[in-house]
Amino acid sequence: MTDSAEIRAKVRVRNLTVRFAGKETLRNLSLDIYPNERLAIIGPASSGKTTFLRCLNRLNDLQHTFSHTGEILLDGKDVYDPDVDLARLRRRMGMVYAVPEPLPWTIYENLVFGARLAGIRDKDDLNERVERSLKSAYLWEETKDRLHQPAHNLSGGQQQRLCLARVLALKPEVLLLDEPCSGLDPISTAKIEDALVELTASLSIVLVTNNTKQASRVSDRTAFFLMGELIEVGPTQQIFTTPAHERTDAYITGQFG
Amino acid sequence: MRRVSPRTAQRIVVSIMWLLAAATVGTLVFIIAFILVHGVPHITWEFLTQSPVSMGRKGGIFPMIVGTAMVAGLAVIIAAPIGVATAVYLTEYTRESRITAVIRFGADCLAGIPSIIFGLFGFVFFTITLGMGLSVVSGALTLALMVLPTIVRTSEEAIRAVPYAYREVSYGLGSTRWQMVTRVVLQSALPGICTGIVLSLGRSISETAAVMLTAGSALGLPSSLFDSSRTLALHFYILSREGVSMSNAYATASVLIISILVLNVFAYWLMHKLVRKPR
Repeated sequence: MTDSAEIRAKVRVRNLTVRFAGKETLRNLSLDIYPNERLAIIGPASSGKTTFLRCLNRLNDLQHTFSHTGEILLDGKDVYDPDVDLARLRRRMGMVYAVPEPLPWTIYENLVFGARLAGIRDKDDLNERVERSLKSAYLWEETKDRLHQPAHNLSGGQQQRLCLARVLALKPEVLLLDEPCSGLDPISTAKIEDALVELTASLSIVLVTNNTKQASRVSDRTAFFLMGELIEVGPTQQIFTTPAHERTDAYITGQFG
Repeated sequence: MRRVSPRTAQRIVVSIMWLLAAATVGTLVFIIAFILVHGVPHITWEFLTQSPVSMGRKGGIFPMIVGTAMVAGLAVIIAAPIGVATAVYLTEYTRESRITAVIRFGADCLAGIPSIIFGLFGFVFFTITLGMGLSVVSGALTLALMVLPTIVRTSEEAIRAVPYAYREVSYGLGSTRWQMVTRVVLQSALPGICTGIVLSLGRSISETAAVMLTAGSALGLPSSLFDSSRTLALHFYILSREGVSMSNAYATASVLIISILVLNVFAYWLMHKLVRKPR
């Protein structure tokens, strides 16, 4: 039973139900993420957007009350399989958090940390990753002369782009972004959005955002979550002009949320 | 009844608190000054580098300096890895449960036990049962037990102070738990952990009762870990108690106080300068 969607999907989520201490936060959710697409996830607070994102790279495992049913297939393999290498999974699915959290080291050390964890020691390789990822995150010009200064000296917007670059240095296949621009100035937001558009040449992006305008600017498809359920998903254009559900319409036009 | 105006009340309270604080600091300064005034004039190069003559009436305290360094240093070398490992286990490798509560409670109880009890235990267990005799190693093991709870709790505090987000970031970038602990958490917590270790070292150096029963009071220079050795604090105690030489007792105490002062200053320097300031 292999339909065409299964072949094309990079990540395939089927009947995912998530519970924390027995309480459902995601209910029977099925969603595909295609190669080289930008999928935005919108929805009001506590609709399960972040939980969904953290299921993909299994960061929810850190909460001992977490349990799930259903499956999440990355290239056809369930990420919750017992023999999955967690470190490798998280390198393949990189995550940028809502609050920029540079580790208390220099810019350079932040950028090579993940690669070093993966066992990369070659200086040229590390330097190449630093330069390429900073360029992809639109941060190279601002930081190329101060790579060995503390990352905490950067502004908030620069720190968030550093966090993006830090993930990109691992050459991920899927990029998970959890409201990456929620606390940022418009210029940094625009730079990150530009970076995201260019990045989909080589990876898939899942962007959780509270900013519906951002979803409409950046994404190819948009999914609307509400109370732990997927209400609808479709091409962004369609979701924002002719949504199938009235709840979607109400949320997008700002009637609740 | 007339009420005191809030401003006046404020002034009175501030003055009282200032007085109390001044009393605390004043007492400390007085004690230290008293000992230094009586002791420092007797500290000479010979005093620091020679062995005691006629039970410490004359001569120096060199064997005691060496003995103190050996006993206290070895105690910290033993206690620090165990204490830090326990703290890492409590914070990173287990959830809060009855077991962690018991471990923590046990550590707090240990911290409250008088040192003479540790001395008695060390004497019975290390010195007699394990046959180590009155020796540097018996004393060090006893002191290690005594400072272990301090190291566990200060390390635990330091590790808990590392933002949770660092752990998520580390996992997110593909680290194992061990890599996360060693490369991110311990590195960030290191200044706090070092401070606890240095303070424990200070406590080991100044301990008297526990080492009296375990390291003994031999006057000679210890040539191995299984030799008996008298520490500075014990030397001071014996000199003053037996009325051997009050001036040498004060001089010994001065050396002790100065070295502890230096250690504490070093610990504070670590805490304030080495801690990487959060944004």
